[in-house]
Amino acid sequence: MRKPKTVIEKIWEKHIVHHEEGKPDLLYIDLHLVHEVTSPQAFEGLRMNNRKVRRPDRTFATMDHNVPTIHRNVIKDEVSKTQMETLKVNCEEFGVPLADIHHPDQGIVHVIGPELGLTQPGKTIVCGDSHTSTHGAFGALAFGIGTSEVEHVLATQTIWQAKPKTLNVKVDGKLGKGVTAKDLILAIIGKFGVKFGTGYVIEYTGEAVRSLSMEGRMTVCNMSIEAGARAGLISPDDTTVEFLRGRRHVPEGEAFDQLAEEWKALATDEGAVYDETVEINAEEIEPQVTWGTNPGMCIPVSETVPTVEDGTNENEKEEIKRALEYMGLKGGEPIDSVPIEHVFIGSCTNSRLADLRKASEIVKGHKVNPNVRAIVVPGSHSVKAQAEAEGIDVIFKEAGFEWREAGCSMCLAMNDDVVPEGERCASTSNRNFEGRQGTGARTHLVSPEMAAAAAIKGHFYDVRHLDVHATI
Amino acid sequence: MEPIRKHEGLVFPLNRANVDTDQIIPKQFLKRISRQGFGQFVFYNWRFDSKGELRNDFSLNQPKYENTSILVAGENFGCGSSREHAPWALQDYGFRVIIAPSYADIFYNNCTKNGILPVILTEDEVQTLINNAEAEQYHLTVDLETKKVYDSQGFEATFDLDDYKREMLLNGWDDIAVTLSHADKIDQFEAARD
Repeated sequence: MRKPKTVIEKIWEKHIVHHEEGKPDLLYIDLHLVHEVTSPQAFEGLRMNNRKVRRPDRTFATMDHNVPTIHRNVIKDEVSKTQMETLKVNCEEFGVPLADIHHPDQGIVHVIGPELGLTQPGKTIVCGDSHTSTHGAFGALAFGIGTSEVEHVLATQTIWQAKPKTLNVKVDGKLGKGVTAKDLILAIIGKFGVKFGTGYVIEYTGEAVRSLSMEGRMTVCNMSIEAGARAGLISPDDTTVEFLRGRRHVPEGEAFDQLAEEWKALATDEGAVYDETVEINAEEIEPQVTWGTNPGMCIPVSETVPTVEDGTNENEKEEIKRALEYMGLKGGEPIDSVPIEHVFIGSCTNSRLADLRKASEIVKGHKVNPNVRAIVVPGSHSVKAQAEAEGIDVIFKEAGFEWREAGCSMCLAMNDDVVPEGERCASTSNRNFEGRQGTGARTHLVSPEMAAAAAIKGHFYDVRHLDVHATI
Repeated sequence: MEPIRKHEGLVFPLNRANVDTDQIIPKQFLKRISRQGFGQFVFYNWRFDSKGELRNDFSLNQPKYENTSILVAGENFGCGSSREHAPWALQDYGFRVIIAPSYADIFYNNCTKNGILPVILTEDEVQTLINNAEAEQYHLTVDLETKKVYDSQGFEATFDLDDYKREMLLNGWDDIAVTLSHADKIDQFEAARD
């Protein structure tokens, strides 16, 4: 009998171009996504060495990190403008397809890949962005790379990679009502830490993972990098197939059915062995809120912020002390009493139609607290259009949210969407690092539902206790 | 890139774990389209206050660490964003070697593409180096050929680095050129699939 294999091993083996004992493998890359921030120096490198883009047809570019989300034509920052113009010039010169700022396909690179059906099971996908792990939701091997590697992939359509170890993150049980994919991944990182995935590719398995929608799976895989893993994926199944059916870059009819069978055959075999397995029970997970300056510093919304004494050694105590100081929090205070000034619903973690729908259900009939400025930034032009067709924009706007154009926006505040120094933001993004949303800004990561509840209440609030039908 | 074989330099101790690439270089400096000139922005929010003045409470600003070229830090160094601007900034500032108990994968890889040697030592060894460098001006020698780190007072530790990365760093090779020597294999691979 054939040795049972994980989905990771199956994809890896199908992409080896060159193998030499004791060295990394040369892997073929099926899809290379490109954006304006990490690509200019790579294209410049090609130009200097008189090299071409080997497979423009396997490359796709968009603008997301820098783009303005209020007026598309008003880019105040000249340097941002140059970076976007540079991408346009580079794509024209090297023949790379580009969804620029005015294009109907424009959006966050990790939202549009799946939306267009470019992301497919079994593919190797790279992008000069650490959240490329998002595409793993489809059973693709997808990981972030640096700019030197972007140049390498542009020139050769391959990358040198040492075969990673495999880590099974098994989530049994069912997530409770009001507990989302975001809470699940935050709880995983909170439990096992921000580096438990380093050196591994994670496969998420178990009942709770299988029950997630594709949007939920993308949220989980997106934050694999916050656990240290370059890639995190989920075996393809019927949910994966149905999401992709009818998308622009997948075939139709019989060709699709045949492909769907091939995709499903990639799923991890019964009895396959992982290098490591960790387990968490979904039933125990509550809605999460981060209190500190990395995503592992998170607690259930019902709990209190840790104290310095909770550190198990001197370095950990020092780390908690620094985080509390930066965040302006006192150890021991209940997290749900902490007032906020900003709410950001968006980012490659939580800006898809399903995220906006769920947040809007919480918001409907309520008003944003007068002390809060709340913005919704759809993940793509297409998400925005669909949401508007469903009237979701009206729900948000009537409640007092600002409804913006698509982009990365306040997740990393490279454009004008910045949280001011010392102010606090409930954010559906992925990183609560110091200064991430603006110098001195204080970020708390939450689910879209929890962000919506915080916007209404003006402080963190357990969304499960919010009467969504009552008006206040 | 510039080859690195043996490097002797002044150590800067950064006794923090999980230093992310947003701290190494904040996003407002990622908009340039060249690889040069990022050194002035390294650890920007720790080195400068909101008025752009040098802060006294961050030790890299102290004269005793001027001309440092070896950074010693806590575990999971370089986590977060894949931005290669982080190693560009460290290198442009003058760092040629980083020593830590562990690194984020993408950052580690990015270092080796830019002539920065990322050394992994044990937590205890790293703590010893940090204590030494906090106490006084402290110099180390890092030898990539023998994979050893040592000082003049008897500290010696060995480290590991995979042969491929080591060869690239020792020779300062551009790996696109190496890959293109396998171009026939890439052609065959594509011919069999497309």
